[in-house]
Amino acid sequence: MTKINYITHDNQTHTIDVQNGLTVMEGAVQNDIPGIDADCGGGMACATCHVYINEEWLDKLPTKEDGEEDMLDMAFEPKQNSRLSCQLTVSNELDGLVVNIPSKQV
Amino acid sequence: MIKKDVLIIGAGPTGIFCAHQLGIIGLSCEIVDNLDKAGGQCIELYPDKPIYDIPAVPECTGEELTTNLLQQIKPFNIKFHLNERVEELKKVEGRWRVKTSGKQEFDVASIVIAGGVGSFEPRKFPLKECEKFEGSSVFYSIKDKTVFKDKTISIFGGGDSALDWAIELSNISKVNLIHRRDGFSGAEASVQKVKDLNDHGKINLYTKYQIDSVLGNGKIDSVKIKHDDGETKEFKTDYVLGFFGLIMQLGPILDWGLNINKKTIEVNTENFETNIDGIFAIGDICTYPGKLKLILSGFHEGALAARGCFKYAKPDEKLRFEFTTTSKAAQERLGVKK
Repeated sequence: MTKINYITHDNQTHTIDVQNGLTVMEGAVQNDIPGIDADCGGGMACATCHVYINEEWLDKLPTKEDGEEDMLDMAFEPKQNSRLSCQLTVSNELDGLVVNIPSKQV
Repeated sequence: MIKKDVLIIGAGPTGIFCAHQLGIIGLSCEIVDNLDKAGGQCIELYPDKPIYDIPAVPECTGEELTTNLLQQIKPFNIKFHLNERVEELKKVEGRWRVKTSGKQEFDVASIVIAGGVGSFEPRKFPLKECEKFEGSSVFYSIKDKTVFKDKTISIFGGGDSALDWAIELSNISKVNLIHRRDGFSGAEASVQKVKDLNDHGKINLYTKYQIDSVLGNGKIDSVKIKHDDGETKEFKTDYVLGFFGLIMQLGPILDWGLNINKKTIEVNTENFETNIDGIFAIGDICTYPGKLKLILSGFHEGALAARGCFKYAKPDEKLRFEFTTTSKAAQERLGVKK
């Protein structure tokens, strides 16, 4: 189990134990964290699991595939610290990861 | 007014197969879908990606699956109403009246909602103020390019639609193309073409910029864009176009009084009827204990919903269970009876 901190748009922090191997998106959906839609179910095809990563974690994450950056073009208010949470697989290295959920996904 | 036994909302695999099941038991139907082609998510999100869990089909793409399903329903000559979204629902003398965005009106005994995660709509600018200009100076698709002749157009986006329109409109308009990063998701040849046009002053390309605000009264006069480093630019523009792909939204179905749970519709598992008599929901859009969002589950749900429709379409008849292998009636409907 790895602790992931989800900060929702109302500034509430939800700290969740997520099983290694699941994605950050799945951790949110399975624990009813509001604000992650994940319409396509993790297929990198919809950009509705978009999150902002806290600065100190940015370079600890695996680099983006081209497809992820392409999808982020479609996200609601993408920034330089934007990621698709379906592309972030939870592991011990991510223990304490902080992700911010945008005000909306579409 | 089109009178049929059933109206299917959604032309994804689940909706198409439900039409097949209705055809087999002798019920008529037509299908409405907001996209410009049949196939739903399979065709819009992953036409080239493989699917490995269709029973008896070890591997196929979204496009192949759609093509095969359309082939399978061919004997029933089912009419598709594409580029149309259902809008209004009304009950008249025990039957349903449905109006679409294309002003089509249906009179049906029952409705099967196979709407996936909603209808595909263009993704819009995050700016609230863009709404009031929508349809006059802000557009998310182009129907008639001649309105842009000799005007200044600001196109946002980095995919094929944004690039293709930037190239096309650069022949008749002054084009600004704005994208949030240096990389583009569109075809490499188009990216190169845009860069060439930029070098020759035919397009003004701004990368690492995003929309900041639009200014104008009644129609847009200028647009302000903001660089990643915070610097802003403002320029005159007549039109603002956004090409950010499609999103999925439930739309007017939300107002039909159905029991909705997290963007899905609650159904029973006996015949996939909703809380409203004569309205069924199948595929990704329905929910029940144990629901799996698999295409194969959608097929099962469609088969049962089709039979659920029977009592509304033919209240005085009894539906007998038959196999297509041996049923003369089914084979006649399929046009294969020897």
